Amino acid sequence: MLKRYPTVRYIVTRGGWYFLTFLVAVTLNFFLPRMGKSNPIDIIMAKVGGGLDTKAAQAKEEAYLKEFGLVELDAQKNIRRSADGKPVRTPVWKQFRNYVGMCLRGDLGTSFLNYPKKVVDIIKQAIPWTIALQLPTIIFGWIIGNVLGALAAYRRGIFDGVFFPLALLANAMPFFAFGMLLMYLFAIIWPIFPAVGGYAGNLVPTLSWTFLSSMAYHYILPFFSIFLILAGGQAIGMRSMCIYELGTDYVKYAKWLGVRENKILMYMFRNAMLPQLTGLALSIGQMIGGALITEMIFSYPGLGMALLTAIQGNDYPVIQGCTLLVTVSVLCANFIVDILIGFLDPRVKAGIAGGGK
Amino acid sequence: MKLLLNLLKTPMFVIGTTIFFGTVLVALFAPMMYHVDIIARVGMPYMPPGKEHLLGTNHLGVDMMSLLIKGLGSSLYVGFLAGMIATVTGTLLGIYGGFKGGWQDDFITLITNLFLVIPTFVVLILISSSLKEGRSLALIAGIIGATAWTWSARAVRAQSASIKSRDHIALARVNGEGTLKIVVKQILPYLFSYVFMVFIMQTASGILSEACISMIGLGPYDTVSLGTILNEAMRNEALGDGAWWAFIPPMILITIIVFALNFINTSMEGVFNPRLRK
Repeated sequence: MLKRYPTVRYIVTRGGWYFLTFLVAVTLNFFLPRMGKSNPIDIIMAKVGGGLDTKAAQAKEEAYLKEFGLVELDAQKNIRRSADGKPVRTPVWKQFRNYVGMCLRGDLGTSFLNYPKKVVDIIKQAIPWTIALQLPTIIFGWIIGNVLGALAAYRRGIFDGVFFPLALLANAMPFFAFGMLLMYLFAIIWPIFPAVGGYAGNLVPTLSWTFLSSMAYHYILPFFSIFLILAGGQAIGMRSMCIYELGTDYVKYAKWLGVRENKILMYMFRNAMLPQLTGLALSIGQMIGGALITEMIFSYPGLGMALLTAIQGNDYPVIQGCTLLVTVSVLCANFIVDILIGFLDPRVKAGIAGGGK
Repeated sequence: MKLLLNLLKTPMFVIGTTIFFGTVLVALFAPMMYHVDIIARVGMPYMPPGKEHLLGTNHLGVDMMSLLIKGLGSSLYVGFLAGMIATVTGTLLGIYGGFKGGWQDDFITLITNLFLVIPTFVVLILISSSLKEGRSLALIAGIIGATAWTWSARAVRAQSASIKSRDHIALARVNGEGTLKIVVKQILPYLFSYVFMVFIMQTASGILSEACISMIGLGPYDTVSLGTILNEAMRNEALGDGAWWAFIPPMILITIIVFALNFINTSMEGVFNPRLRK
């Protein structure tokens, strides 16, 4: 059946490929944190077990072992014990199987630090902030960066001379350093914007006008910290793509024919856009990573902050939950870009229709 | 040789290399001329730059100049080592895949593409957060290199696959040259400039990656780097206290190193790819 609908087949194959990547990512997400010898239960016990006597501490430890699926349970959900009374540890492969099952069900476990809060709940609180900050920044940064890059390549002259070194400089700066700089300049030296947080500290998140305006006010600095760096990076790539296009025969021919500049620019833009779109697919992970650190700098209540708190407190379930979520969103973004390329790139399109790929 | 001459005629290349080697020289020789001590508390916390301490002190009262010299060395070292690992691994896999073809190529491409999409940032966090103890500078460089090889592999594979189909390779084959000899004598020279550019980019991104993971508190334990200086400044309210000397200088250092490397790279692109010249 799929043979008759090449587009559907293309989407299904790409989807299958991304599912494979997802499985590899889940595997990494499970095994990498277990490379170090630290046992999560020891970490929590060190924190909560302080004032307890041996018996209570043991009871507590066993409750945790059960909660985090580290011991084998019998039919009555009691801990299975070996002959000397010690709990039987679940083998790693079984833990992994359970973990994958839980991930697929959307259960990311329980936080160590905010026990018994569920990781999913922590993430649910953070994710709207991150999406509200990152999605517009990445999309606008990409579009505006590309337009500026194309202009710089085409017009050359002063525009290119001033703009290009600036973009190179922006590109050389770590994402977060630019955020720190903006914060220092516009929140401390010249305090016109708030330095930290997603809204004023004395407010409670509601849909009121005061809250929304406070949110918008706190949005400006983080937005520009990510946006400018991103646009600079995109502009550099687009500039060299367009310079390459300028040397091609069709542009020369169009110039000889006396086609209007804007029209040539449009042609060039369209052709240079595709590699940039592929570039977007590859760099989106890096962008999200960089933007997460910017969130940390501004103590923005998004995923970056949740991740930072978790890293500082050795809260592995939350770290794993955040990293998994970031990976999944990167994969989804890539998938969407892939499909877009499939529809926009005539070569890929021909490949799909011809059944080549 | 001619290429080198062409490069030396490009102002961008000259500026880039001068800045870059300038920072390397500072990292190498400054410790001999300046008494570097990153532990002793020689002054009050956040002392502004002055006669005694050229760049002031940090939140503990440690001399910033010492920290910067030490940190510059560490960051360059991490960038260089990570760039080396990523480039060598990527180049070997890329050449092997691109030249060999067949299922080996498919397999390497599959693995490369898989790891290309999984964000390196995530893998970096997962590995470094699991290694709570003994996260040395070299280990961090190793982790960065191990996550960054993918795009050099992909880039080199594409290049070597295109060179493979050129006539002189077929001629060498007819001549009875072995695969290894062909790779070393006929393919590597073509790839050399390209691989070198990959190495420069990987070094730059290695320095940035180190700064990023240090910033989230997963940096090296055994020494200071530009990233850890920034992290300490951020954590200890240097911004709020207006202690610009605690975070602006390391920021500038990172930026100019990466800037210089990008400059070198762009200028090389211009020389190696005549189409970009104008």
